[in-house]
Amino acid sequence: MTPLGLYEPGTSPLHRAPPGASLLAVVALAAGSVLTDDPRVLGGLCALVAAGWVVARIPWRRVWPVLRMLVALAVLLGAVQWWLIGPERTLVVVLRLVSALGAATLFTLTTRVDDLVGAVERGLGPLRRFGVDPAQLGLLVGLTMQSIGTLSGIAGQVRAAAKARGADRSPTAFAVPFLVRTLRHADALGEALAARGWGDEDDDR
Amino acid sequence: MIEFGRVGHRYGERTVLDDVTLTLAEPRVALVGANGSGKSTLARTVNGLVAPSSGTVRVDGRDPVRDGAAVRRRVGFVFSDPDSQIVMPTAGEDVAFSLRRTVRDRAERARLAAATLADFGLGDHVEHPAHQLSGGQKQLLALAAVLVLDPDVLVCDEPTTLLDLRNKRAFAERLAGLRQQVLLATHDLDLLDGFDRVVVLDGGRVVADDEPGPAVAYYRALCS
Repeated sequence: MTPLGLYEPGTSPLHRAPPGASLLAVVALAAGSVLTDDPRVLGGLCALVAAGWVVARIPWRRVWPVLRMLVALAVLLGAVQWWLIGPERTLVVVLRLVSALGAATLFTLTTRVDDLVGAVERGLGPLRRFGVDPAQLGLLVGLTMQSIGTLSGIAGQVRAAAKARGADRSPTAFAVPFLVRTLRHADALGEALAARGWGDEDDDR
Repeated sequence: MIEFGRVGHRYGERTVLDDVTLTLAEPRVALVGANGSGKSTLARTVNGLVAPSSGTVRVDGRDPVRDGAAVRRRVGFVFSDPDSQIVMPTAGEDVAFSLRRTVRDRAERARLAAATLADFGLGDHVEHPAHQLSGGQKQLLALAAVLVLDPDVLVCDEPTTLLDLRNKRAFAERLAGLRQQVLLATHDLDLLDGFDRVVVLDGGRVVADDEPGPAVAYYRALCS
């Protein structure tokens, strides 16, 4: 299962918050983390995000994979940054990454994609007059979220197949079938969308 | 009613459909054939996913290519791999996605989606990530997402390829109870119980067109 967020049902204030407001809050937090270089402020943002996870009452089985991913990323990135730019800047970069990823994942865990798609469509509605199609962009958001799970599943199957053939350390044995299956999935998804009438709205107008 | 008039189709140099003429009015019709026989391509012409290189296709008198939107409102399509058909992250959202044009209110869409999933025995999975469902549950979800729109015709392309015996039976039982005309492309002969007509394709041509008994016997002889 992917550690990245997919909706976790709940009744917390974060689950009940309007998706548009939640999305703006995540964007504001990510932007704020980029605008400051103060480790104390960034530490505060991380604490705020952690408090959000507690308030949302996300079960431990969903917290643990995210925590593991964040720690792994922080260690990996931190080691490289430490070597490149020194300890003080490294702390800033790592805290920035942890706060932004933690907030984004919390957002996807507490927001139904259907609600998010609706918020995107409503939010972009005024841009219709400039040729922007909010429904298409809304669907793009939904498909992106769906693809997290699907691509994660494909990656798992490809890794298992490579391992079964004793090629678990070969990048090619992973990359080639993963790319082929991903492209095939994209083709099939396009066909499925057409079969379900996506794009026919243009004919209805 | 589905009508094929001298339908032909080519992928590059390869002919996959050759002069297929059929009028399908029966409630349960199967297209049977080996891999590459043309049955999936023929099924795809019914809702305009494939535009035939020659000939005509009509669904209740409408052309699926020229009048695609109207035809797709009447024709639901179930693919062999539900992972490719499910376009939203959770089961409830995927069924609700189908209703986006017919039901404007989101809460009503969600309610209808939940009711439909309950009807398909997936009531406990409304909020679950769709990709985490079992193969059988995913195929039922794909079917639910199509049938929630109550189409007049259901086209299924190898819908049981990835299912085990139990899920295959569950899917077949679900098909048997439908009011819709069903056009089933398959090489799974166990699914043909209760079908009215079986069309056997080989090399893109119709080589047998009969009741299931004689048509299946012909197909078995063809494959042996």
